Amino acid sequence: MKIAVNPIACEGHGMCVELLPELIRLDDWGYPVIELERVPRRLDGLARRAADVCPTLALLLVEE
Amino acid sequence: MSAPAGLPRLLAGVGAGMESSAGHQRRHGPLPTLSTTGLIEVVERSGLRGRGGADFPTAAKLRAVAARRKVSAVVVNGSETEPASRKDVTLLEHVPHLVLDGAILCAHTVQADSVFVRMSARAGAAIDSVETAIAERAAGETPIALVVGPDGYVGGEETAVIHQLESGIAKPTYTPPRPYEKGYRNRPTLIQNAETLAQIALIARYGPAWYRQLGTDEDPGSTLLTVSGAVAKPGVYELSFGTPLHQLIDAVGGPSEPLQAVLVGGYFGNWLSIEDAWHTRLARESLREHGASLGAGVLVALPARASGLAECARIASYLADQSAGQCGPCIHGLRAIADGVQELADGTASAGTLERVRRWCGEVDGRGACHHPNGAARFVLSSLRVFSHELAAGEPASRRRRQAV
Repeated sequence: MKIAVNPIACEGHGMCVELLPELIRLDDWGYPVIELERVPRRLDGLARRAADVCPTLALLLVEE
Repeated sequence: MSAPAGLPRLLAGVGAGMESSAGHQRRHGPLPTLSTTGLIEVVERSGLRGRGGADFPTAAKLRAVAARRKVSAVVVNGSETEPASRKDVTLLEHVPHLVLDGAILCAHTVQADSVFVRMSARAGAAIDSVETAIAERAAGETPIALVVGPDGYVGGEETAVIHQLESGIAKPTYTPPRPYEKGYRNRPTLIQNAETLAQIALIARYGPAWYRQLGTDEDPGSTLLTVSGAVAKPGVYELSFGTPLHQLIDAVGGPSEPLQAVLVGGYFGNWLSIEDAWHTRLARESLREHGASLGAGVLVALPARASGLAECARIASYLADQSAGQCGPCIHGLRAIADGVQELADGTASAGTLERVRRWCGEVDGRGACHHPNGAARFVLSSLRVFSHELAAGEPASRRRRQAV
């Protein structure tokens, strides 16, 4: 599974970084930068949760 | 109808006004009839690539759309929102039937119900020409409609063009899906740059071997170029691929004063120092050696007395203003980059500014829905590379005479 951000929908709430600090960091303006787009198996559950709790549903999960 | 030898090809009918349908047919003959696979074959053999800036092989795009069912439309992208470009507007003003011929041939090939021509408000007389030309088209052809949109830089991006047709909002949308998958009316849509369609109209008539008589094996044919800045005769020119840049500068009357650099590819493009430019040809491989590409065929000559950093700051600020305002990294990043470059140009930057600007350029890359932040970042990084001597000199560019290009 991969993660992606829809940058039009993203408002920089930052919930994704709270849940996935290993994969995502924030830029100088508080928007997510994906450091590792392929989600390691052990983080699958957290990635799904991050996508669910994003207030604008901007975090996308792409099944491979 | 004998095939025209040499140049000009696309610009052959460009005169004072618009070439009428009758004049166009006298020059090029009637619209040829090709089978649905026939057009793709001749375009493939020609080696034609898209002239909107992305350089994508046209036959591959045609084939991808033709393979899909229920194609809604062919869209002629005549937006030309790049301020330094005038080539599509020139074609649409003077030889609109050439462009419309290409669109009609493509509509037949991908079995589209309709054709749209997207232009920008600044196109002026070209809008009148296209309206006249549409009224002159033969009865029974695929219907053609003109859509005039805003001049904004990102409004010409292909998803923004589709978005405007759908809802009147000329802003890019998130991809995937791309228009060839799901475009106008949520159906596959073929969107092609105006020059690309004009080339298709000639290739369909005179054949791929004729097309390849000019240019190189890798970059066959001719291309339109909009040349501006410090040259004697700025304007729109048609030249063969492979032409050395010094020959191009000669063709536009030579420099109007000593030059220091040439911007290739427009506001998303790259600078070549004048020394590098003299050894470069209008060909993908030659330009690639300097990290450049021809984009939509825009060249701007920067005079030696101008400050490259000041020019970079002006264009970076323009690009920041032109963000569609949809994506955070583009909204905030491009403004921060432009402000940083302005400080570097003014000599008021602090110790970390240059490193920050470089880091931001890397960070905004790929983080917008469209390529706007990527293009702006590429342009700024190229400026910082080519005009690094201005940074080292520590000489505030504001003290030097500025020249707007």
